[in-house]
Amino acid sequence: MIRLRHLTKTFETSQGDIEVLRDVSLDINAGEIFGIIGLSGAGKSTLIRCINFLEKPTDGEIIFDGMNMGDLSRKELLNVRQSMGMIFQSFNLLSQRTALKNILYPLEIANVPSEDALERAKELLGIVGLSDKANAYPSQLSGGQQQRVAIARALATNPKVLLCDEVTSALDPNTTSSILQLLQNINRTFKVTIVVITHEMKVIEQICTQVAVINEGKIVETGNVKDVFLRPQSEIAKQLILPKGSEIHNMIGKRCLRIIFDGNSAFEPIISNMALECRAVVNILYANTKIIDNKAFGEMLLQLPDDDMSIERILAYLDDKEIYYKEEEMNV
Amino acid sequence: MFEQGMYELLAKGIVESLYMTVSSTLFAYIFGLPLGVLLCVTDSGGIFPIPIINKVFGFLINLLRSVPFLILLVFILPFTRMIIGTTIGSTATIVPLVVASTPFVARMVESSLKEVGSGVIEAAQSMGSSVFQIIYKVLIPEAKPSLLIGGAIAITTILGYSAMAGFVGGGGLGAIAVNYGYYRYQQNVMTVTVLLLVIVVQVFQEVGTRVARLSDKRAN
Repeated sequence: MIRLRHLTKTFETSQGDIEVLRDVSLDINAGEIFGIIGLSGAGKSTLIRCINFLEKPTDGEIIFDGMNMGDLSRKELLNVRQSMGMIFQSFNLLSQRTALKNILYPLEIANVPSEDALERAKELLGIVGLSDKANAYPSQLSGGQQQRVAIARALATNPKVLLCDEVTSALDPNTTSSILQLLQNINRTFKVTIVVITHEMKVIEQICTQVAVINEGKIVETGNVKDVFLRPQSEIAKQLILPKGSEIHNMIGKRCLRIIFDGNSAFEPIISNMALECRAVVNILYANTKIIDNKAFGEMLLQLPDDDMSIERILAYLDDKEIYYKEEEMNV
Repeated sequence: MFEQGMYELLAKGIVESLYMTVSSTLFAYIFGLPLGVLLCVTDSGGIFPIPIINKVFGFLINLLRSVPFLILLVFILPFTRMIIGTTIGSTATIVPLVVASTPFVARMVESSLKEVGSGVIEAAQSMGSSVFQIIYKVLIPEAKPSLLIGGAIAITTILGYSAMAGFVGGGGLGAIAVNYGYYRYQQNVMTVTVLLLVIVVQVFQEVGTRVARLSDKRAN
């Protein structure tokens, strides 16, 4: 769906050139929720803006749906942008328009006849659960509601891709979850490919299928979320996945096991059952999990008992339950 | 308080002042609004940067704004005669008023439009809006409250300019103040015209501010 090839972006400033993106190549397939994670200043915002050419890359190619974005005329580019929705950290709604009229905006741009447009806008308000707020102005809506209107607006022209620029960073944890869930539903229901950039691991955890880790303008790691979670290769990925890594290292004695809950296992007391069934005691060193849709997401770091027999039983138990785990290398 | 006829004169003065002010403001916006949009859009950080155009128009506007109104008014008398056919009276005053206030209005419009958040503009761009669509569907509607406040400031400033024109054959309350209050030492006429000007300014300003506040959807 989207192919980035050797993308480079350099900003010229009075203090000299700044290379924001260096030789970025990525493949984003149709129907995926693709996450791009990095610390602030890593170049993620520039990267997502290159996809719809809000930022023109200095070098490299962007192929969207078979078209080379760089070859398009201005008019063609405007048309292509109508098939790419975008939502933002600060919502960016038109403050002088009601929620309904905000959703009508892209339809006006696309010259949709006004009756059809009105019908579509109302339908979208329903999809994001704000039918009763049609005539409210953005200042009368909460952050989460504003983001819902922004999502409805971005979907108005039936885009193939939805670009999300730190869309939950201005929201509290509960609202974040509900917005992410909405995005996931949209991905499933309308088969919209979603590109998410974020600095928060929990966003990737909750909705993404693929992830790319970006650091100082370079993609340092990419793959499906499970693999990158289980075997983070780069220093920066380890930092992002184990935010308190350094503390944990000090606590770890001998053998440890990292367990990943990716939502495939229906929620049950895995650890307690494991302890009972294997008759082995484990020590939970670190845990970061949450329950979404009655499924567990997150990870847990266990200190294993000393005898090898118990360890084997534990591993067999986890294999049996189809739980992903990885033994951590210990540095004492 | 006054001899017969003065009341009628004052009434006529008010009407003339309003005529000059309102029509000058109208023309100043007809020219100044597009000019302000041009300045905002072609700026280096604008939605369609053309630095050369921006610099040229910016310079011309600063040039016009640096000439004091009374000097400008006399300076362009030949131009005024060419357009209106005379240099005396209310209608003739409209020409220098428009020339003097257009650059002022352009700058006010420019600064109002620049208040519109870059995020909203970026969102509009991401939806495939053309430059022209962003101007009339995003910039101007989003800046409307600020533009209305600017309008109230412009109209009161133009009223003040129009009174100055009384010195060189303009009409309205300014002319009455000059001809009766100043040349004939009728202090009471002077006081009344000043009071009337104050009232008119207050009304314009108050109405402008209120309309702006009512039209703004940001804070209830």
